[in-house]
Amino acid sequence: MTGVFRKLYFFLIGLFLALPMIVVAGVSVNEKQTLAFPPKGFSLSWYGEIFLNPEWRNALFASVTLAVLSAGLAVVIALPLSWFLWRRVAPWANIFQLIGVAPFTLPPVITALGLLTFWATTGFYGQPWTAVISHAIFFVTLPLVTLSLGFTAIDRSLVEAAATMGADDRTIFRTVVLPLILPYIVSGYAFAFVLSLNEYIVAYMTVGFTMETLPIKIFNALRYGYTPTMASVTILFVATAAIIFSLVARFGDLPKLLGAMSSDDK
Amino acid sequence: MRREAPQKIGDYAPLFFPATMLIVFFVVPFATMIAVSFFQRQQAGFYVPAFVLSNYERFISWFFANVLGFSLMLAVVVAICCVVLALPFTYLLTRMQRKVQIVWLVALLSVLSLSEVIIGFAWSTLFSRTAGITNLLVMAGILSEAKALLPSFGAVLTGMVYQAFPYTVLVLYPALVRLDPTLTEAARTLGASPVKAFFTVVVPALRNTITATLIMVFIFALGSYLLPQLLGRPQHWTLSVLITDQAIYQSNMPFAAAMAVFLVLVTLGLVALTVIAGRKGEAA
Repeated sequence: MTGVFRKLYFFLIGLFLALPMIVVAGVSVNEKQTLAFPPKGFSLSWYGEIFLNPEWRNALFASVTLAVLSAGLAVVIALPLSWFLWRRVAPWANIFQLIGVAPFTLPPVITALGLLTFWATTGFYGQPWTAVISHAIFFVTLPLVTLSLGFTAIDRSLVEAAATMGADDRTIFRTVVLPLILPYIVSGYAFAFVLSLNEYIVAYMTVGFTMETLPIKIFNALRYGYTPTMASVTILFVATAAIIFSLVARFGDLPKLLGAMSSDDK
Repeated sequence: MRREAPQKIGDYAPLFFPATMLIVFFVVPFATMIAVSFFQRQQAGFYVPAFVLSNYERFISWFFANVLGFSLMLAVVVAICCVVLALPFTYLLTRMQRKVQIVWLVALLSVLSLSEVIIGFAWSTLFSRTAGITNLLVMAGILSEAKALLPSFGAVLTGMVYQAFPYTVLVLYPALVRLDPTLTEAARTLGASPVKAFFTVVVPALRNTITATLIMVFIFALGSYLLPQLLGRPQHWTLSVLITDQAIYQSNMPFAAAMAVFLVLVTLGLVALTVIAGRKGEAA
């Protein structure tokens, strides 16, 4: 009896999570440019539109470039910081960990507005590279969290063995620490990449008037009327996120990354 | 290798780049925003350095009191709905096989990473007259005619619960995974039904986690900047929506900045509460 109840409960939650995507997927295969569900006719042309229509293609290109670069920069900021905090006893340096987590904890509109006033004051407002820095700062939390988790998982006796055998910090980092920390770098990058791809408000407030990322393009399209391309882009985004997170789960330990204990310790 | 305090100045080198980036591109912009909140607004969207309190004085109005009251109320309702829905779900999820857990976690992360634009678009489609859920109800013979379910308070609430639900599960997940399973086993051995064991053992044991989660989801919901605009009427606009509107469409940066500073203070107050709740949890 409780088993049936539990299944029903999980089914309803799953339905709630999936329903908007089912409807959007339905809309995205409409044959004509109509917002209809169940879809009238069947066509995949709205998926082709993302790549064929120059406006959507440019937005896709802008989004992917932004996500690749900003996630990379976020990792480059997070890695030395979490290495330092792991290697050294310097309690005051934890303030930087706190600053790194702040943009993600505060309502996003605050970080966005702060960056908008900053770029406007410094005169760089609207330059594409400002979006890269803005996103890297906004999402630096993700690699910071995965990396500090990864560093605590390193067995210090391994590092000690290398040190006794005469390896210096640089060699230890390259030969011992880096291979152990690599999965956490990759998952930190993956999280930052997916979220940057989807991010709207920071991108809009920093470069919204000079370039269009996909979320900005969707929002602008929403205001000026409707096209099924919005639906096909949405499905593309969900699929991308699901694939990337599945890969993280396949090659890493997803429950552990999300704060559960590793499966092999009690 | 033991952790050791930095010996020479060179040992601080790794800190240089991250610290510079975080200070220049987070601390300085934050300070700039605070400064702008005291600036004087000029015509045509410009503003000049000054020290005026007029941007903050605008808070003392019925309109602003209404927006603030509504934002807080909406965030509270979203937080309660999410925790009520997510707590039993997360508890049961942590008792499932690892493989099943991973599938759900991937799905939750995928929904969580969706931008508000996409969530707003998806729900406005779902609630629309031409492509909405009412069409399915018409096909099933429950409704005689399809109708639009938005803009409405219900639509805003549903959209925001949808957005915050995966977040709630992921906040609850670590605490629930670590929950000692012998607790419920003991209750079950003593004859409690699973439902009774959940309410009399799991919920009280997690009292502090639940409080902390409620506050975190509340802050998360407070940050929602598009859904009230896309799914609701102007009276459903929240502080975050208003800040965006003032900054972008009304070009009143000083007023937007003042509201943002106010929102930070509200948020920080709540974070402090979370920390205190967490401390109490450790002491207990």
